[in-house]
Amino acid sequence: MSLLSVHDLAVARGGMRAVEGVTFTLGAGQALILRGPNGIGKTTLLRTVAGLQPAVAGRIEAAPDAIAYAAHADGLKTALTVTENLRFWAQVFGRAEIAAAVEAMNLRDLTGRPAGTLSAGQKRRLGLARLLVSGRPVWVLDEPTVSLDADSVALFAGAVRAHLGQGGAALMATHIDLGLPEAEVLDLMAHRASSTGRVVKPAGFNEAFA
Amino acid sequence: MPGHPAMIALLLRDLKLATRAGGGFGLGLAFFLIVCTLVPFGVGPQAEMLSRIAPGILWVGALLACLLSLDRIFALDFEDGSLDLLATAPMPLEGAVAVKAAAHWITTGLPLVLAAPLFGMLLHLPARAVPYLLISLLIGTPALSMLGAFGAAITVGLRRGGLLLSLLVLPLYVPTLLFGAEAVRRGAAGMDATTPLVFQAAITLLTCALIPFAAAAAIRINLR
Repeated sequence: MSLLSVHDLAVARGGMRAVEGVTFTLGAGQALILRGPNGIGKTTLLRTVAGLQPAVAGRIEAAPDAIAYAAHADGLKTALTVTENLRFWAQVFGRAEIAAAVEAMNLRDLTGRPAGTLSAGQKRRLGLARLLVSGRPVWVLDEPTVSLDADSVALFAGAVRAHLGQGGAALMATHIDLGLPEAEVLDLMAHRASSTGRVVKPAGFNEAFA
Repeated sequence: MPGHPAMIALLLRDLKLATRAGGGFGLGLAFFLIVCTLVPFGVGPQAEMLSRIAPGILWVGALLACLLSLDRIFALDFEDGSLDLLATAPMPLEGAVAVKAAAHWITTGLPLVLAAPLFGMLLHLPARAVPYLLISLLIGTPALSMLGAFGAAITVGLRRGGLLLSLLVLPLYVPTLLFGAEAVRRGAAGMDATTPLVFQAAITLLTCALIPFAAAAAIRINLR
């Protein structure tokens, strides 16, 4: 059974078509890595799949509340502690358990620290711990390893592998090798919009309610 | 109601953030106090004159104090990515908007309501008008937070959107200001103030019913 199915998807950034004809299916235990040069539309594609912006064409099929999205900004409040930040997102996703996520992302020694005093890499780990507490099956990740050191990348790769092992799926845009040989790679260069530069009709007011 | 615990968590988080360092809690109140103390310097200390303009000054002061913290409603969440995450969370964005407007009212509007009788004394507001001041602020300030949330949603993501936000929101505050000041004026004159208070309540209820939807739509467009 597929967790996320994308069919003939086209996305636009700033009113211009970026990539088109993207088709893939992610089932339980599968990971897909998006590749392509800067500006090709990886972030736009991920935001569209996450439901943050409308698709220009094509279909995205996923169970409601299946996708957990994580991007460059981690959604952390600097004035709150690591535990408070994590507990808030756990409550938003209707869960109470944060200990496993703290453990998995090696945040145990930092739980009482305000998030504002963490280093960039530690913040990133806290942001990734948020994925674990969301309990959602499909992770949509935009450059998840930015500012992580080698040990933390390995930690993160382990968390992804564990997530896949539990029947989850992951869609990631990343430039570095995560050491996930089982992950498939989709090069967006092959899907660059042939009509690059064609202006897409701006979405109407009604679609904002969709 | 599946979104319920998430909305409570969001409300508690916003209240906690407001009271932490840099959260801005009390800024609006301090601003209100300064406005009320500056007016006697400007127009002179005559009690008769002050008590005549007190209802209007108090309401304008409350309105400006409310305006001061509006851009924080969504801008901070936009900058740190929380708004993206809230938009994909299992909670309707409309609910998140309503909760954030409520948190703004609790941290800005409610302290103004409670402190207003004290500030009324600075402006020689007649004692019999004080209950009307309290009630009109209590009924009217939620509309200020709701309308402000709408303006904040439209301007979220704009650099230096604060001034634009004020220009958008202040005209929307006119009905609340008119009926609020009128209720206090009538109270001071010993007249019946039911009509302006009922109109104020109607405006507040209307904003509470419509604005979560309008503001959520504006945020969705701005997140693209």
